[in-house]
Amino acid sequence: MAEELNSTPKVWQLRNRNQRLLSWFIWLLGTALFVYCWQLVSENTTWFFVWDAPRIAADIGSRMMPPRWSYINELWEPLWDTLNIATIGTMMAIVMAIPIAFLAARNTTPSTKFVRPIALLVIVSSRSINSLIWALLLVSIIGPGVVAGIVAISLRSIGFISKLLYEAIEEIDKKQVEAISATGASGLQTLVFGIVPQILPAFAGISVFRWDINIRESTVLGYVGAGGIGLQLNASLNVLAWPQVTLILILILMAVIFSEWISAKVRHAII
Amino acid sequence: MSIEPTLPNSGVSGLQSVALPETWNPPPFIKNPLLRWGLLLGLVVYLYLSIGSLDVNWNRIYVGLDRGAKFVYGFMNPNFAGRWTDISEGMIESLVMTVTSTAIGIVISIPIGFGAASNLAPLPVYLFCRGIIALSRSFQEIIVAILFVAIFGFGPLAGVLTLSFATIGFLSKLLAEDIESIDKRQAEAVKATGAPWWQWVNFGIQPQIMPRLIGLSLYRLDINFRESAVVGLVGAGGIGATLNTAFDRYEYDTAAAILILIIGIVMLSEYISGYIRARVQ
Amino acid sequence: MLEIKQLVKQYKTGDLAINGVDLKVEKGQVMALIGPSGAGKSTLIRCVNRLETPTSGEIWLNGENIVKLRSGKLRKARRNMGMIFQEYALVERLTVMENVLSGRLGYVGFWRSYLRKFPQTDVQAAFRLLEKVGLEKMVNKRADELSGGQRQRVGIARALIQNPDILLVDEPTASLDPKTSRQIMRLITELCEEKQLAAIINIHDVALAQMFAERIVGLREGRIVYDGSPDDLKPAVLTEIYGEEDWTAVRKRKAKKGTDSEVEDESVTEDHMAEMM
Repeated sequence: MAEELNSTPKVWQLRNRNQRLLSWFIWLLGTALFVYCWQLVSENTTWFFVWDAPRIAADIGSRMMPPRWSYINELWEPLWDTLNIATIGTMMAIVMAIPIAFLAARNTTPSTKFVRPIALLVIVSSRSINSLIWALLLVSIIGPGVVAGIVAISLRSIGFISKLLYEAIEEIDKKQVEAISATGASGLQTLVFGIVPQILPAFAGISVFRWDINIRESTVLGYVGAGGIGLQLNASLNVLAWPQVTLILILILMAVIFSEWISAKVRHAII
Repeated sequence: MSIEPTLPNSGVSGLQSVALPETWNPPPFIKNPLLRWGLLLGLVVYLYLSIGSLDVNWNRIYVGLDRGAKFVYGFMNPNFAGRWTDISEGMIESLVMTVTSTAIGIVISIPIGFGAASNLAPLPVYLFCRGIIALSRSFQEIIVAILFVAIFGFGPLAGVLTLSFATIGFLSKLLAEDIESIDKRQAEAVKATGAPWWQWVNFGIQPQIMPRLIGLSLYRLDINFRESAVVGLVGAGGIGATLNTAFDRYEYDTAAAILILIIGIVMLSEYISGYIRARVQ
Repeated sequence: MLEIKQLVKQYKTGDLAINGVDLKVEKGQVMALIGPSGAGKSTLIRCVNRLETPTSGEIWLNGENIVKLRSGKLRKARRNMGMIFQEYALVERLTVMENVLSGRLGYVGFWRSYLRKFPQTDVQAAFRLLEKVGLEKMVNKRADELSGGQRQRVGIARALIQNPDILLVDEPTASLDPKTSRQIMRLITELCEEKQLAAIINIHDVALAQMFAERIVGLREGRIVYDGSPDDLKPAVLTEIYGEEDWTAVRKRKAKKGTDSEVEDESVTEDHMAEMM
């Protein structure tokens, strides 16, 4: 008949005891960290205002409606400026980002010990600093205006475009490149015939994507004086002209919808 | 499907009586010539108009180069000591805001992400969640920060709320897209066992989206830190206010110190998140 | 014409891929290289055009030791060697024509190639070669729109437009179905005969090798263990190269397949091929 089982029944666990302990510990640490951070935030918050928030929100909301449509005549030129800041800034960034991406990719960099780390450092520095901060810096140096905005956008975009581009360069099919160099082509020819065709779709997608993001970012650069519709936003807020603010927000929304539509269309077409 | 051409018996000696073309040009990328030339013309016109509208004050720029040199000099000798209390307070506040807002953001994004997945959510829920996502993505963080400062008062709370709201737009959208593209068969198999909804999600869906969710959350942590350095400009807490003051006072060495700290922390977080993502994969 | 002397290739991991190979290939000779995986066949071919760098030894082509060449001279030497790859290695997003013309990159300056203004003779040669391989209607198609067999033919055209002295062919039929494999092998050997080209064909299908090559070299663990005519490839020799196997049974199966479809070769259509899969 049935044999005696002389061992305890086997138990299945997803993680053994040590892994569970570690998992719990990490959760505990995370929660403790969150609580600590929340306390710090809370200390610096005037909770009196927070409880008053719904009332204030309703108040502002009522002041924002209806939007002051007549103000739109003063917004056409800033809107045009915003578009230019984004577009010209992106174009400049593309021109500078391409060589940096090739210097940063493992398979195309002339030297992995010296040149590549420098290229990566440039990319990180450009990425880490928000375009608004770049704008602050540039307005401080070369004065307010659209040019500061354009340079700010391009400085920020270089890091974004280069990073995605060099990742694309590193992922190409090496066999195609090998075949081209086996015919006796020079290094530059191998680049143009073997590598560039493979990264062209990614490149177009990245550029248009960044342009789309830049439209959003360009709308606020004016807040620190770097041209575009942000200037009007700053001015209207300073005098608490809420109906004007609403109109500006509506225009910004339209601009964002427009740029996203173009971006989606272009990215669809190049697949 | 084209017909494979026959290979002639004597294969290689077939001579054509028709003369072979002497030149060849690659086919253009945009087939429709009207569209092609139209776009090109449009581009040229646009560039002419836009660059023409630039009001470049060369004189001011020339004068400004002097300040630019001062900034570069400041980068070489960053001044950490001079305003250290301000800097450290600001950085800690930024870091704290990052952690809090990302945590809150993730917690809120998950249900909204599920609600915005067309294969999971009923229509009204779907539309509502997609609406929130659209709202969150349309407006730049600064604008939201300005609004929240007006409503909730100055201080890091406004910044935390701003970044949490921005996180929703980012995480929920990508989460919803991920859920919509899961392998249906894996989820179906779990459902076929008769599992209730919660377990279906836990066993059938979660394993497929978990790695990407972790990766995206780490990425968002990085983004939120960079944004937290900016919202201080409008009074929503963080190092932004200190940075603004430094620029106002032309204290380029202090400003450079802050920027170097920011770059350093971003580099560190990139390294750590790369490590974690490799472990999770 | 090509002479390999005491070639050794050892990888950093310690793998000894080629262990002292001496080989001579005469002008116009089609030589098949057979052997088990890991025997060093691919490595040997790739050493000849320096896609791999030999650890020691000499490779003489047209009076130059290829092993010692630096970049400028290496490029010139590579022009004389046409390589055909296992996975076709075409630039997917470029058209068939651009892929074929890329064989002339070693002869054309950068700007001319960038602007796609290749010399008249090159363009004509491209059209002629595409016709020879039966792809004259596909000139402007993107490479990734082609089938496997078609892509391999583009690869052949690309190698031939270089006007090389020798063809290096790395497993040309590994990714192809049996019928297309035979077509490709026939195409390569006929073109070699017409142009009096030497060729080293790395191939794993022994029956195909025997059918089309005039000389067979067997490689095992980095050493040559057989070098002679296809007819002398007896089971005992095959065992020495590949290890134990009922070679007579394998041969009978292959022979039967061979004779049945020989007749139909001349009127092949893609539909037929699909039906027979």
